[in-house]
Amino acid sequence: MSAILPPSERLWWKQPIDKTEWAWIGIAFIWAMTMFGMMIYWHIYGKQNLSNEAYKTTPEMFAAKAEKFIAENTVRTETDQNIPVVKVPAGGDGYLIARLWNWYPILELEAGKQYKIHLSSMDYQHGFSLQPVNINIQVLPGYEHVVKMTPTKSGTYSIVCNEYCGIGHHTMLGRIYVK
Amino acid sequence: MSTTYRTCPASGLQFENQAEKLMRWNAVVGVLWLLVGGITALLVILTRWPAIKLLPADQFYMILTAHGIDMIIMWILHFEMAVLYFASSTLLRCRLATPKLAWVAFVLMVVGGIMCNVAIFQGESSVMFTSYVPMQAAPHFYLGIILVAVGALIGCGIFFGTLVVAKKEQTYTGSIPLVTFGAMTAAIIAVFTIAAGASILLPTFFWSVGLIKEIDAELYRMVWWALGHSSQQVNVAAHVSIWYLIAAVVFGAKPLSEKVSRFAFLLYILFLQLASAHHLLSDPGMSAEWKVLNTSYFMYFAVLASMIHGFTVPGAIEAAQRKKGFTNGLFEWLRKAPWGNPVFSGMFISLVGFGFLGGISGVVLGTEQINMLMHNTFYVPGHFHATVVVGTTLAFMSITYLLVPLLFRREMILPKLCQIQPYLYGISMSVLGLVMMGAGTLGVSRRHWDMAFSGAPFQYEWPGAAYLMMGLTGIFGVLAVLGGALWIVLVVGSLLFGKKLEGGAVSDNPTPIPAAQPVAASASHTGSEEHVAVPGTVVLASLLLVSFILYYFVNWKYLSEVWLLS
Repeated sequence: MSAILPPSERLWWKQPIDKTEWAWIGIAFIWAMTMFGMMIYWHIYGKQNLSNEAYKTTPEMFAAKAEKFIAENTVRTETDQNIPVVKVPAGGDGYLIARLWNWYPILELEAGKQYKIHLSSMDYQHGFSLQPVNINIQVLPGYEHVVKMTPTKSGTYSIVCNEYCGIGHHTMLGRIYVK
Repeated sequence: MSTTYRTCPASGLQFENQAEKLMRWNAVVGVLWLLVGGITALLVILTRWPAIKLLPADQFYMILTAHGIDMIIMWILHFEMAVLYFASSTLLRCRLATPKLAWVAFVLMVVGGIMCNVAIFQGESSVMFTSYVPMQAAPHFYLGIILVAVGALIGCGIFFGTLVVAKKEQTYTGSIPLVTFGAMTAAIIAVFTIAAGASILLPTFFWSVGLIKEIDAELYRMVWWALGHSSQQVNVAAHVSIWYLIAAVVFGAKPLSEKVSRFAFLLYILFLQLASAHHLLSDPGMSAEWKVLNTSYFMYFAVLASMIHGFTVPGAIEAAQRKKGFTNGLFEWLRKAPWGNPVFSGMFISLVGFGFLGGISGVVLGTEQINMLMHNTFYVPGHFHATVVVGTTLAFMSITYLLVPLLFRREMILPKLCQIQPYLYGISMSVLGLVMMGAGTLGVSRRHWDMAFSGAPFQYEWPGAAYLMMGLTGIFGVLAVLGGALWIVLVVGSLLFGKKLEGGAVSDNPTPIPAAQPVAASASHTGSEEHVAVPGTVVLASLLLVSFILYYFVNWKYLSEVWLLS
């Protein structure tokens, strides 16, 4: 008689399904397929797709590449910690190190130009959270993620770390300038 | 082992002695963990409330780790053990298979739970529920979780064993009840979940004691989430079963179609193993094709299952109410439902909150590209408080109002407060989920001690609305904790001081479930006589779908406005 008793009709799998239920199943199925199709559509026509380009790396290898990039492209330093501000060549590669507890260095970009930003962590997992744009990307040690980004508006942007990384997690704030 | 069977005079349910004791103890321990989880919840909220900011950073992260572990693992798993024993031994009216082993499982879970909490409160294991490598916890943190998992695995085995006992001893005829079927899907998923958990937590334990040198961060995330998310699928299967159970007990509701409901449960089993994928959507190392295919469990088939249950559960209630004569208009069946009965009101808030808040937000969050807008923001805990708390915990709380008289043979104390509790808890928790999602939409991070970034080399000022949302999170969080505390007071108070109820006749042998009446069967076979249209449910389901579609596309709009990424 009810859901806590064995089905009253022993051959319950032979009972017809009511048309209202069929209709709902059909609609729900179409909606599921629409959502599935929407992701594929966005890969073809959308302008915001996360890059698939990633390489295995080590903290040492990535740090060496990043230091070379910083040495060649630094335009000035900022704050009393002398954090280098590095101008990424338009259309070129920029490196951003995530480590306990800072984003290093400060990157300088130009609006409307595309950049290949390489992300990796030196230690724990971190979260690249660009604000106030609100783009969020996981940053892992041992993986070099190459993300193509085109800033749309000039301004000063902050990188919040949004993957818990220990006691100084809340001080891990980085910066990107877009001219 | 000889045992006895008690037939509850109020419900006619038959409790086997060993199963009854195990259910009680598991439920009681679950409630104690909920108490720990609730106290930690209050501390977490009072710290994230920017105007209060109660705890220092180290204590905050420690307490947050405890909150996650004690709520998601300890409270829910212990309660689910009771649900599994109920759905097998009680509903099938048979003895529990290997009760001694069930006690071993229980002890393992208790010991593991305590061990894990000792590790957390020693302060060296503030690694959060997810314990992402290479951040390392103390070895007994992992060992504690492993012991709990082994205990739960044994519990699932006993559930399956009990199904075999019932079949063999012929305590029922035909197929197992829908609720037992749903519990069975939960148990099958649990086995997969625990296997996945073992394959990542065992190496992590060995790594923590120095036997393994390194664990790959992405590999950990992929395998860990096969535990982390599939365990939520266990919860979904369990609480959907409880929705059907409550609909059956309160209304005598019969599933609209056994075939449809069981098929929907089956979909959960078929596609759950891909659940870990949608936690990796903003990770490096996975291809877009893999992410798209596996998003929301292989092409949304598990979402389809939940949408089916979201229709058939209220549909079954509507059909039962209409048969009783509540046929006026679209919603008389709902208006005249027993809103003063906490068993029903809690279940219905759980159903609506899970569907509208948890379900929709989960699918949007789990969309490959849209995930970038929300990954690791406060949106994520907002979403899962709507699913795991409004959905699962509230469903468990509702059924407890039923179980205290039946299982513990005590009348609930303070009935007026019992009536209020599901509303206080359900509504404040739903609003909490909503404002958390609001803060996350504005970018606020989860698991973050200080949104003012004190001590950082730069400044970043969140929008004023984000502070507003976090203030509301504080207010509704405290209300939700009050609602939870009220439930604990009512339940524990009833167990201690509630009026004792008649236990009912005790017999040495089980009384089998009588075979179904062939008359009813023939009527339903031809269709029309038993069939009741459910227009109210159609309207509710359409409302869900429209909200779903609108919110889904609004988020694509948001996405189209951020920096270009490729």
